[in-house]
Amino acid sequence: MESKLTNDQVLSAIREQFGDKIGEEQQVTDHYLTVFADPEAAHAVILWLNQHPEFKVQFLTNITGIHYPDNEEGKEIVIVYHLHSLQNNFRLRLKAYLPVEHPSIQSITDIYSAANWLERETYDFFGINFVGHPDLRRILNEDSMDYFPMRKEYHLEDETRQDKDNRFFGR
Amino acid sequence: MGKITAEGNVEAINYEGFQLTRLDTVIGAARANSLWPLPFATSCCGIEYMASMAPNYDIARFGMERMSFSPRQADLLIVAGTISKKLAPVLRQVYEQMSEPKWVLSVGACASSGGIFDTYSVLQGIDRVIPVDVYVPGCPPRPEQIIDGIMNIQALVKHESLRRRYSPEYKELLDNYNIEHDIDGK
Repeated sequence: MESKLTNDQVLSAIREQFGDKIGEEQQVTDHYLTVFADPEAAHAVILWLNQHPEFKVQFLTNITGIHYPDNEEGKEIVIVYHLHSLQNNFRLRLKAYLPVEHPSIQSITDIYSAANWLERETYDFFGINFVGHPDLRRILNEDSMDYFPMRKEYHLEDETRQDKDNRFFGR
Repeated sequence: MGKITAEGNVEAINYEGFQLTRLDTVIGAARANSLWPLPFATSCCGIEYMASMAPNYDIARFGMERMSFSPRQADLLIVAGTISKKLAPVLRQVYEQMSEPKWVLSVGACASSGGIFDTYSVLQGIDRVIPVDVYVPGCPPRPEQIIDGIMNIQALVKHESLRRRYSPEYKELLDNYNIEHDIDGK
């Protein structure tokens, strides 16, 4: 079903409201808009979209992270919010760049309760610190884990195994 | 006198009303033919194990089942499925709660070696946290293989010396796994 909102309409409204807090960069992938925001402004943008009388972006689909180790310094980690307006059948992504040294962003648990576990998961795998989260600890991995496994510098495989010969695995 | 037979290395005298044999053998036969397994099933191998329990394969025919869902009353721990590192302490605690004598059957590639899940979150074989008696390969193994694995466990049970659990070798095995015990090892 077609959405009542268009990508351009929402993007220009966000730009009008937040001005240079919204990056020049933008994408439309699979018909869905991706907006890049300053990390400091991400919380405000999500709150504004949530409370917008027309857009009513009131459903949080997912929060996740991405690690681009080759990005320029201070932009290695990307946090992704997938947002959904159920009433308008409209989806968009909101992304923000964070430095890999101390990735930190304001928690949106005050807007969406669903963000609680999603932020814990993103912390668990990418080490992003959500400021203001009520209970930020690992959710899926064992508590004793001392690294963030989805960051590219760590091996995906179990490093304690000694019985695997790389030659037989094309490495 | 009664008829004297030799079964294996055991000489048995059968006569009306009595039979002489070794205590080890009687206890071994009693244990082996009424195993109380605790199924610790986490994934598809567990489904295969359920098929083994169901009428088509029916492990009850071999005295392999009186399912015990309490570790304290189980003889045999059947680990069927992927064990994540987060679950490893739980599995270990279940093993520690079982009373001696106890045996462990590792069903499938994941329980035996981590299987295809060579990854940071999965335990690369349950033998990293508890001692294993018999491994059943397969992904998942067919019910016939699981039955064969339990038959191998039964063979171990039948021929185990009553003194084995007090031996220095067994003490050393448990010490290797840092499992608490009260064997003095003399």
